[in-house]
Amino acid sequence: MNRTGLVLAALAASMMSSAAYANDINIKIGVLNDRSGLYADLSGEGSVIAARMAVEDFGAAEKGINVEIVSADHQNRPDVASTVARQWYDEENVDVIVDVPTSSAALAVNELSAERGKVFLVSGAATSDLTGPACNATTIHWTYDTWALANGTGRAMVEQGGDTWFFLTADYAFGHALERDTSAVVEEAGGQVVGTVRHPFPGQDFSSFLLQAQASGASVIGLANAGGDTTNSIMQAAEFGITQAGQALAGLLVFITDVNALGLETAQGLVLTESFYWDLNDGTREWSQRFADELGTGNKPTMVQAGVYSSVLHYLKAVEAAGTKDAEEVVAMMKEMPTDDPLFGPGEVRADGRKIHDLYLFRVKTPDQSEGPWDYYETLSTIPAAQAFRPMDEGNCPLVQ
Amino acid sequence: MFELLGITPQALFGQLLLGLINGSFYAMLSLGLAIIFGLLNIINFTHGAQYMLGAFVTWALLHYFGLSYWWALPLAPLIVGASGIVIEKVFISRLYHLDHLYGLLLTFGLALIIQGVLRNNYGISGLPYSIPPELSGGQNLGFMFLPNYRAWIIVVSVIVCFGTWFVIEKTRLGAYLRAATENPTLTGAFGLNVPLMITLTYGFGVALAALAGVLAAPIYSLNPNMGAELIIVVFAVVVIGGMGSILGAIVTGFGLGLIEGLTRVFYPEGSAVVIFVIMAIVLLIKPAGLFGRTA
Repeated sequence: MNRTGLVLAALAASMMSSAAYANDINIKIGVLNDRSGLYADLSGEGSVIAARMAVEDFGAAEKGINVEIVSADHQNRPDVASTVARQWYDEENVDVIVDVPTSSAALAVNELSAERGKVFLVSGAATSDLTGPACNATTIHWTYDTWALANGTGRAMVEQGGDTWFFLTADYAFGHALERDTSAVVEEAGGQVVGTVRHPFPGQDFSSFLLQAQASGASVIGLANAGGDTTNSIMQAAEFGITQAGQALAGLLVFITDVNALGLETAQGLVLTESFYWDLNDGTREWSQRFADELGTGNKPTMVQAGVYSSVLHYLKAVEAAGTKDAEEVVAMMKEMPTDDPLFGPGEVRADGRKIHDLYLFRVKTPDQSEGPWDYYETLSTIPAAQAFRPMDEGNCPLVQ
Repeated sequence: MFELLGITPQALFGQLLLGLINGSFYAMLSLGLAIIFGLLNIINFTHGAQYMLGAFVTWALLHYFGLSYWWALPLAPLIVGASGIVIEKVFISRLYHLDHLYGLLLTFGLALIIQGVLRNNYGISGLPYSIPPELSGGQNLGFMFLPNYRAWIIVVSVIVCFGTWFVIEKTRLGAYLRAATENPTLTGAFGLNVPLMITLTYGFGVALAALAGVLAAPIYSLNPNMGAELIIVVFAVVVIGGMGSILGAIVTGFGLGLIEGLTRVFYPEGSAVVIFVIMAIVLLIKPAGLFGRTA
């Protein structure tokens, strides 16, 4: 090369390097959830959109943080979730996995993330074991959990007079955890669990189990399942005259997409606990409108998708404050910084990895009360963050003992 | 004696009746599969998707055209059956001379496509479809409350299943069909239009699946995945009954529905698995199936 070429090459090289910040952080976020099965509407593509919105709202590009988002379908199987997570962590340099509904899949990814020293922000899964015996220094359980649901819906139904319970439980980690936590609440409040039946997950026909629930004579039939299992159970309970005959149905985990599928005619009166509702206040309304425009199917966001936004946003803030993407340092920073966003309001991340924020007891409106599409909930009460989640010393989390 | 089993006789009869109702879905779906396999030698994995299409067309007829359930009962099987005929003419007929496996792969791929497209457009949570008012409500039978709609399901399935068996085994048309599949060349030499019969048979099998879908629409969550789990169980039923035996499919369908119902009472966690355990046992003892004939 002649001298002019050398000078030009050197100039070009120096210009290229000054175009980027010297200490750029490159982050790869993996959104792992159900994209084709019964939990696809409550998480699915919506969670990917929520993550993308968080990256944009945070202004990652201007702050020298380059974020790439990848996504995959775990089909509600822990073995598939494990395989994808392993490939992401080992071969594709993914730094943080978010969402992961289906508690058995979340427990598998939780263990793998702890092993690999990577951040795991759970929004979709419910089992309170994630901040209990399975807790670790790089996992944060964001949106809700089985203890909070039991404490919200379970306690409310016992206080309304439902003193005998029969459980219809999905036979896997989530159902067992929800049944266990709700039974504890019922018994502590002076009620009694008269029976339980475990149905294969996922199921389609629940008539046999509902008949057993009816024969038990319990005043409340607790549905310890979710998604399509819950909607099928509720539809078939109405068909067999169970609700008309006086037994109450407790939908322990109901998402707004389930209420939409059931229709207000069938779902009216259902009491449920959630941490987010699109129509709660101006902040949630504004964000939900942007989300719905991006998603394009007409669906409003569920609390799981809102949780993905909130957790990714807080994660990016912590990365900026800590100046690194090292998993333990970032999670420690996430626990140090209080959280605040228009979706969940003020909150914090506890030492055991539990994110706390206010919860709400909702009741599904009657068709007359509803003023338009997706206008489904009326707020019965607010459960303050300090009381909404299991006290840290009761969880058997190794980090806080 | 019943107290020893931990259940009252009334509760047991109630569960058996529910098992019979589930059995009618298995019987109708496995009948369609058995016809298609027995007469056409095609392993039709699209069957679950076609059952789901029957339910979707029922919903679409109401949602877009305002046509009630009673219109959907004849129309949905016709529409889905016609789509089945198109599939047969365009795709499946090219595979008759090949190994069974190609038909299986093709129909499985078609099922995935159909489910994926509908999931993209309608989501997975389910579409609302109520029980028609003429069939709502129920009867108190003493040992249980039987919804009228569930009684309707049993009646329709029994009529359709045994009607089909009668046509195939006892009438001249059925004889032509059975001859055409046993020896197409010779039957064609007698002047019968064999390709037409094959096409119509596939269409009829698909229409049976769609009819099961119409029956399922008001009581099961109407979503693109509704056939995906069911089809695997139905294949097990067909294998147990004997691939190609019409009566075997019907009797096994109802019988396995009863056994599944009993399992739901005594060991509910295993109710999804019991049919496959039985299939494994039957395959070990009598590989051709309970009613099957070794070729």
